[in-house]
Amino acid sequence: MMLFSIRIKMIKSRLIELFIIFLFVSCSKSISPVDSGLKDGIFHFGNGSEPQGIDPHVVTGVPEHHILISLCEGLTIANPYGGGNLPGVAESWSISEDGKEYIFKLNKKAKWSNGEIITADDFVWSWMRILTASLGSQYPDMLYYLEGAEEYHTGKTNNFNDVGVKAIDTHTLKVNLKSPTPFFLGLLSHYSTWPVHKETVLKHGTIDDRNGQWTRPGNFVCNGPFKLKSWELNNKIEVERNPHYWDASKVQLNEIHFYPVSNVMTEDRMFRAGQLHLTSTLPSQKCPIYIEENNPDLRIDPYMGQYFYRLNTNNPYLKDVRVRKALAFSIDRKAIVERVTKCGQIPAYSFTPPGSNEYYPDTEIPFNPILAKQLLIDAGYSDSNPFPKLEILFNTNEDHRKIALAIQQMWQQNLGIQIELVNQDWKVYLSREMVGDFQVSRAGWIGDYEDPNTFLDLMRPNRGNNKTGWEDLNYDAIVQKANSTNDQDERYKLLMEAERILIDNMPIIPLYTYVRAYQLSSDVKGYNPHILDHHHPKFIYLERN
Amino acid sequence: MISIFFKRIFLAIPVLFAVASITFFLIKLAPGGPFDADRAVSPQVLKNLNEAYNLDASNWEQYLDYMSGLLKGDLGPSFRFPGRSVSEMISTGLPVTFELAFYAILIALVMGVISGVIAALKRNTYLDFIPMAIAMIGICVPTFLMGPLLVLIFGINLEVLPVSGWGQLPGDKILPSLTLGFAYAAYIARLSRGGMLEILNQDFIRTARAKGLTESMVVIKHAMQGGLIPVVSFLGPAIAGLLAGSFVVETIFQIPGLGRFYVEAAFNRDYTMILGTTIFFSAMIVFFNLLSDLAALWLNPRSRDS
Repeated sequence: MMLFSIRIKMIKSRLIELFIIFLFVSCSKSISPVDSGLKDGIFHFGNGSEPQGIDPHVVTGVPEHHILISLCEGLTIANPYGGGNLPGVAESWSISEDGKEYIFKLNKKAKWSNGEIITADDFVWSWMRILTASLGSQYPDMLYYLEGAEEYHTGKTNNFNDVGVKAIDTHTLKVNLKSPTPFFLGLLSHYSTWPVHKETVLKHGTIDDRNGQWTRPGNFVCNGPFKLKSWELNNKIEVERNPHYWDASKVQLNEIHFYPVSNVMTEDRMFRAGQLHLTSTLPSQKCPIYIEENNPDLRIDPYMGQYFYRLNTNNPYLKDVRVRKALAFSIDRKAIVERVTKCGQIPAYSFTPPGSNEYYPDTEIPFNPILAKQLLIDAGYSDSNPFPKLEILFNTNEDHRKIALAIQQMWQQNLGIQIELVNQDWKVYLSREMVGDFQVSRAGWIGDYEDPNTFLDLMRPNRGNNKTGWEDLNYDAIVQKANSTNDQDERYKLLMEAERILIDNMPIIPLYTYVRAYQLSSDVKGYNPHILDHHHPKFIYLERN
Repeated sequence: MISIFFKRIFLAIPVLFAVASITFFLIKLAPGGPFDADRAVSPQVLKNLNEAYNLDASNWEQYLDYMSGLLKGDLGPSFRFPGRSVSEMISTGLPVTFELAFYAILIALVMGVISGVIAALKRNTYLDFIPMAIAMIGICVPTFLMGPLLVLIFGINLEVLPVSGWGQLPGDKILPSLTLGFAYAAYIARLSRGGMLEILNQDFIRTARAKGLTESMVVIKHAMQGGLIPVVSFLGPAIAGLLAGSFVVETIFQIPGLGRFYVEAAFNRDYTMILGTTIFFSAMIVFFNLLSDLAALWLNPRSRDS
């Protein structure tokens, strides 16, 4: 009995000791990752969500792009200050007079992360890979501008020699396009056009193997400024400086740690606690507060993205353009950005965000409730024949709900239309949009490259992302004509004409132009605003003021 | 006891088979597919993807294919994460989820049992009311509120603990374990109090006291053995719930556990991942329920003898 009570006392005292140690250890301030990162050259990067993978020909998405831009590099890279692309693997290039032939001279210093030289053949093989149908890449159309590329991908030809990409010699690559494509160099900074290391891919699978293990740490070989160091699922991806990178002397960071933080509130707390240098985004409710507080870490950059509503033109009530215009003219876009989104968004009066590669569309969408009401009357709707109830479809998200609520109120107030809000799980929303099971649906589009074509191409007939059922052969012909001309002024004139047709037919209602709002530590330098959110890590460094 | 064990294991097989079959057909009924994306893929690409993952076969063929793989222990590839198998992803997240659940249940047991037993012994005093009021708060305050509150106090204001992570910074396991453990501690405290109150009125306790045993011996050796049976019965479903339901805490604290895969798989229509995690969690629930039933049987002398 005595022994038993002594033992209990000993356990009690041990527990108290442990508790005191726990308090002592935990209640002391430790150096934050941001502080230690400054010393060690480690950039702590909030990256939104766990990337699907790092095979540039298989994955899609922004978090994947952030990692890939540090691991691999294409022929050209995005200019950190905007404007024309800078040399990547290609040190120079020449374009034929008709704008259809490109000769790329590859940098002889360009190497893979295993030290092997990058050759023109590597690009030919890589582009053959993404155009191999059985790989199931979701971005083969980025190369459809090449002669024979679409035909090869869709199986109309099995001979890759018919595709307009050839290795002239080890360091010269020739590309033949179907038509002059002034934005072609811009396309080359998209990861789907980047090279992969043939021997490594084939060592761990076949050319069309989506599930090959070549992307694992230890196996992965690519040609970017960093190389893959470790990958803990849902936790962290670490990349370290690649000594074989052709411009390694310019790289100042030692490592980048990517954190897949899908919860925006968690990411915000991590930033405030000094665990991140950069957040992927910002909790929308915090943006106006940070603006009011003059938060020095808040960054609101221009972004090539448009928030809009799709109208299903196959719907019997929405097929009348007067109804579509009435809906568009009764929305006060200024009120939406000032009182709902409140984070520096810009009211949109065109489908293409203005300023995309110096393109400024001249379309207008007035906020005119009287005109809108008149258009609805002209379409045959009045108090005796009221417009039927409309549904706004959106994916479950508090921000989309707030905007839908504002528009519901505007349409009810200005047009007397009853609106029902329908929110659906992301995949249900997508599948309903895809089969046309909607009346009005919220949408967003982010440009893949810096050119108006990335938006206007969307609304051409037979484009999978059109989804509105609207087809205009004149619009299609003008966009096609614009892309076959080599004169940029003439091209923009044509694209503006197409833009006017689109806004005049209103199959989509532009609402606002996105901004990229995030938090960035003042220690981070060289992270310049970029309309496509492309930030090549060789220009980024850490330095405390 | 051994016969009960084997009988229950035997019964678990049809349960898991039913879970796998029902889940398989339910997820097929859900609108949308794994390859639906904001940037719609062309019909040609979709066809290639469906072929690559055998989704072009009929549902029955896919079902038979999946079940035959399952019998061999193959849970298939993840549709969302090319190059990753479901088994690999479960085995990556599981140790973290187990560790989190272990700390949480440890905290829950220590806090819950101690406060419950004290409350029962000091019935209708402040030592009863205060812990029980705190327990009620613990039950009422959800983890998605408790987590950010603890982070705000200890992570942001006092700056003494990291606000997220798991095993990366010193002390980053404390707040998530406390958040998860606190909710269960509240239940355990109330169960312990109830169980102890019932036992403390029994004749054998009076006998023990009459024999001159000290109060601590009476409580620890005699009362707690029976008084904690409700807690032990609760532990099985609680551990299973901790494993399957740690999604919120894993998300708040950026923990790379299994719970996040489970929920995100459903959103992404990652069919094989949904199936794999559902079957796995079902097996865990069956197993921990069995363990807690066996432990309760062993603790109860009457059922142990029979």
